[in-house]
Amino acid sequence: MLRVNDIQVFYGEMQILRGISLEVNQGEIVSLIGSNGAGKSTTILSISGLIHPRKGEIEFNGKKITDLSPFDIVEMGISHVPEGRQLFPSLTVLENLEMGALRGKAKRERHKTMEWIFQLFPILNERKRQFAGTLSGGEQQMVAIGRGLMSIPSLLLLDEPSLGLAPIFVSSMYDIIKKINTEGTTILLVEQNVFKSLSICNRGYVLENGAVTLKGIGEDLLQNKLIKKVYLGM
Amino acid sequence: MNLTLLIQALIGGFLVGGVYSLIAIGLSLIFGVMKIINFAHGEIMMIAMYITYWLFVLLKIDPIISIIIVAPLIFLLGYCMQRFLVNRIIDAPELIQILLMLGVAIVLTNLALFIWGPDHRMAATRFSLSAIMLGGITIDVSRLIAFGIAIIVSIGVFLFLAKTETGKMIRAAADNRLGAQIVGIKVNRVYAISFGVGSACVGIAGALILPLIPLDPYLGPSYTLTSFIIVILGGMGSLLGAFIGGIIIGVAESLGAVLLVSSLKELVSFSILIVILLFRPQGLFGTRNE
Ligand SMILES: Nc1ncnc2c1ncn2[C@@H]1O[C@H](COP(=O)(O)OP(=O)(O)OP(=O)(O)O)[C@@H](O)[C@H]1O
Ligand SMILES: [Mg+2]
Repeated sequence: MLRVNDIQVFYGEMQILRGISLEVNQGEIVSLIGSNGAGKSTTILSISGLIHPRKGEIEFNGKKITDLSPFDIVEMGISHVPEGRQLFPSLTVLENLEMGALRGKAKRERHKTMEWIFQLFPILNERKRQFAGTLSGGEQQMVAIGRGLMSIPSLLLLDEPSLGLAPIFVSSMYDIIKKINTEGTTILLVEQNVFKSLSICNRGYVLENGAVTLKGIGEDLLQNKLIKKVYLGM
Repeated sequence: MNLTLLIQALIGGFLVGGVYSLIAIGLSLIFGVMKIINFAHGEIMMIAMYITYWLFVLLKIDPIISIIIVAPLIFLLGYCMQRFLVNRIIDAPELIQILLMLGVAIVLTNLALFIWGPDHRMAATRFSLSAIMLGGITIDVSRLIAFGIAIIVSIGVFLFLAKTETGKMIRAAADNRLGAQIVGIKVNRVYAISFGVGSACVGIAGALILPLIPLDPYLGPSYTLTSFIIVILGGMGSLLGAFIGGIIIGVAESLGAVLLVSSLKELVSFSILIVILLFRPQGLFGTRNE
């Protein structure tokens, strides 16, 4: 479904990604892990078209999307739930969700999608007329995921969805990610919680210093000595 | 002091204040969305006034009617200005932005000078000399009409932003540009529309006050300044603030002209500006730390 082929990304003259390749197949949850500054968010931003790689290419469903704008990429069925949520604080929850579905089928089916999102996050239904900026961090994270789902994506990019959530919410967040996936959305997940994210994924990639250093099936990675030592502290 | 005169000034200022509100809403919208101060705001109004003037003189179209021609033309002017000029400096340091906008103002002024010359012009419309008498108080019909239309247009802008899809996209892009790009909003286009709508506001205001003030190529800066004061008074980026602030400054100027010497009317707005900056720098409806 998604093929990232040896991309190199620069900020100015500083090289951040040194040839990253990865694949996401239909129906999978794929985890991207790595320490702070490894280049996880940069990889996600390249896929959603907010930055463009200097070399390498990105393919989605067989089409090259490397140089497309975010506008076109959303249209093709990729949706990005960014690190730090990036909501519209002075818009209501309802308006934030609407802004996730701006065109075509997604726009026509707004109400239906919203009902599904309110099933996933019942609290949002109660808060729908409230300004997003007045919600708690966890609720805002739900709005961000909801907004991402509003475009009815076939591939959802989640960049640290559990950031800033209380520990009890974190596990329910993973349940919800699992649920979204079983209902048909493919997911590329970036998470700090290595154990949890390797547990729920089909496959995982380990990023270090802008390059992939390890990849494999989630369970295998969990058993990997190096990962155990570096990321799980065991 | 004559009480009738005072009440008359109050009403006159209130009515003109409605037009000020519309001018300031345009400036505030542009600032709120793009964080750019449109230093060519008054000049855009001046251009709109010339278009209105010639439509009136040559084609006998009343300024009020000509709004339906002037508004889309000035929208287009603003749209193109943002597309081809402002867009290039949207991430530039403030000083560069100010220089560009001042440059645009100078170009527009000189364009008007070149085409229409430096003479004062006055449009004597059907309503110019008509007035309503209310127990010793005279109310200009032109002002009354200008006020009414300015209020209607202002409410229209509020509704456009609150209810329409494009309005929501404008507010979203103003709130969080990155977030807007992520959901697939064409931010550049939304910016151009905002600049267009902001310009159309001041353009309509120009058509409305054409019957009230003499027109010449140099009237821009003082209106840019007045609307800037209003926007600071109301709170940068707050449209409601711009609306209320416009009325306040309209009334204050008008009272100032009666109570002091009329050439000192700007003293009043500046004093208000200084007081606001000292005691409530975020303005009446602004929020701190923005
Ligand atoms: N706009 C930018 N300009 C310059 N350098 C940047 C920019 N954004 C990110 N970087 C650098 O790129 C590197 C990778 O950043 P990135 O955000 O992709 O890391 P990450 O893996 O997502 O880390 P984290 O786990 O902290 O979110 C970092 O060293 C960061 O300092
Ligand atoms: Mg990151």
